[in-house]
This record gives sequence, C-alpha cells and structure tokens, in this order.
Amino acid sequence: MKKILFGLLALGMSSLPAQAADYVIDTKGAHAFVQFRVQHLGYSWLYGRFNDFEGRFSYDEKAPEKASVSVTIDTASLDSNHAERDKHLRSPDFFDVKKYPQAKFASTAYRETGEGRGQLSGNLTLHGTTRPITIDVQQVGAGEDPWGGYRRGFQGSTTITPADFGMDYDLGPASSTVELILSVEGIRQ
Amino acid sequence: MHWRNHGDGWGAVAIALHWLSGLAVFGLFGLGLWMTGLDYYDSWYRKGPDLHRSIGVLLFIATLFRLLWRFVSPSPPALASHRPWERLSARATHALLYLLLFALMLSGYFISTADGRSIAVFDWFSLPATLTGEHQEDLAGEVHRVLAWSLIGLVALHAGAALKHHFIDRDSTLRRMLGL
Repeated sequence: MKKILFGLLALGMSSLPAQAADYVIDTKGAHAFVQFRVQHLGYSWLYGRFNDFEGRFSYDEKAPEKASVSVTIDTASLDSNHAERDKHLRSPDFFDVKKYPQAKFASTAYRETGEGRGQLSGNLTLHGTTRPITIDVQQVGAGEDPWGGYRRGFQGSTTITPADFGMDYDLGPASSTVELILSVEGIRQ
Repeated sequence: MHWRNHGDGWGAVAIALHWLSGLAVFGLFGLGLWMTGLDYYDSWYRKGPDLHRSIGVLLFIATLFRLLWRFVSPSPPALASHRPWERLSARATHALLYLLLFALMLSGYFISTADGRSIAVFDWFSLPATLTGEHQEDLAGEVHRVLAWSLIGLVALHAGAALKHHFIDRDSTLRRMLGL
C-alpha cells in the first residue's frame, strides 16, 4: 500500500512543471566569496572578506522570478589580511562579533532585468539590525562539472551604509559606504 | 654607590632597572588604555601603538637582562627585621611580578605578530613573528588585557607593601631601593 502511495506521489510530482532546482553554495570547495571593499581615507580601496559562511539558492531558468537565496555569515571570520585591523573590526567599534556572531541575508524577491541579469531584493541582518537591500546579480555560467555534478554561479554587488546597521565608527566621509562583492557557485542537489 | 648589589644594599644597575621598569609598566598601561580608544583620525592613532610595541619590546629585553643580573649580582638579603611571612609573600610577589610581566609582553607580541608581520622597534630593528594562528590576535588580545590589569593590581600590592615598610615599620626597605 505504502509503495503504491509513493509511486502515485512520484508520478504526480513528475507530471508537475519542472521544479526550481536547489543549489548548495560551494563553500566546502571555496568556490564562493563574500567580499567587501571600502575606501581608505578616500585615497585607495581596502578589500576584505568573510572566510566562513554557508548558504543555498534555488533557481529555475524557466521561472527566474521564483529564485531565492539565503546565506549565513560567521562575522568573526572577517579577514582583511591584517590581524590587528581584523581584531579592531571584530571589536564593539565595528562588527561586535561576540554580540552579533552571525550576519544573514534572505531574499524576498528576484526581478530579471535582462538575459541572466537581475535584481535580488532581500533582508540583510548585520550587527543585529535587519534592513532591506537590493543586490545587482549577474549569472556567470551554469552547466555540468567534470565530476558528475551540475553547477551554477552568479556574481552580485551592492553598496551598504554601515551606519544604517548601527556601525557608526567614523572612518571619514569617503568611507561611509561599503561595497559588497559576492561570488557564489552552487552545486545542484 | 656600587654597580653591583652588595652586602646589605642594591647596586646602581638593579636600582636603575627597577625604577625604569616601573616607569615603563605604568607608561605602557596608560598608553595602552588611551590608545585603544583613539578615533581613526587622531594623529596618535598609529603613533601610539607603534610606541607601545617599541617600548614593550625594549622592556622585554631589559627584563631578561634584569633576571640575568640577579644571577650575576645576587639580591641583598631581606632586612633582619622582616618577619617570615613578609619574606615569603615578598618573594612570591616578586616571582609573580616577573611571571606576569613576561606573560603580558608575550601576549602583546602574539597580537601584533598573529598574521606573520614583524614588530618594528622604533627604526632600530624588527622582531620577527614566530607562532601564528587563526584568531590568535583575539585570544592574545583578551589575555593581554586581563594580564595588564592583573599586573597593575599586583604592582599596587608591591608598592603598598613598600610604603608599609617605610611609614609603618619605619625600616629601610624602600630607602634601600632608592639607593639611600
């Protein structure tokens, strides 16, 4: 009886329109990067990244508007290639990682604006504050990988104002906004 | 005054090292507290930590020399009037002061060298990194802060005891360290 039920269920599912594929962001193989850049004094760009995060997305080429993404970042994994600066950035002056060990992004809507391009809206929780942001997204590519899997990758960028999230340490007028540069590759499940 | 410690008193080397170390410890403590609160555009934002690290390394070298000097020129015996518990607690405090000093300076070293960078001591020389590890700067920083307050607490006990000998016991413990 159970087998028949499962069989019917499987039959029913296969007759539905193609389901959005779920992808796990390949942090294990480090084919994904959460990076930021901020101006130093207005004279140059300083780059940093978060080394530990995890996330997933779902994407259906036939219905891109249904795409969704969720990512959780370990804020203490911040890395700007300078231990003393990282220590300062983790302190209550900035990320306060003891109090706010995680940052999160959860998408709420995706609007395709062109072939493989779009705008991803969602809520970013940073420093204990949740605010809506919009990320410009572009698909880089998708297809089978050499090891029997299927991968899909995007790049994204947006600009945030740390003070909006309660991080108001004064780094100067040129440094009041931070660019987020995201590169994600998902492995289809 | 003699260079070396002698029968019942401290020599000039030990006295100079003692008071210079005390000055450096208070200076580094104050500088450390002050500089970590500076804003980014303060002209001391970079100079403060540079000075703190440089003086810290010099104090480390001076403290190593100080320990060496204790072997070269043994410390004078405690005053005959000191009671056994005073001798014991003084010895314990002195040993702990040295221990805290070294642990404090090492933890500071491990903050600045956590990513393999060396420490520039003024423009004279630089001290290379040795151990490096993930989140080392955070752990070393926490240890550095706790040890700094602990050392200052112990220094207060040390200074309080010296004052007790001077004003209550009216003995020559403090005068002896002033070379008088």
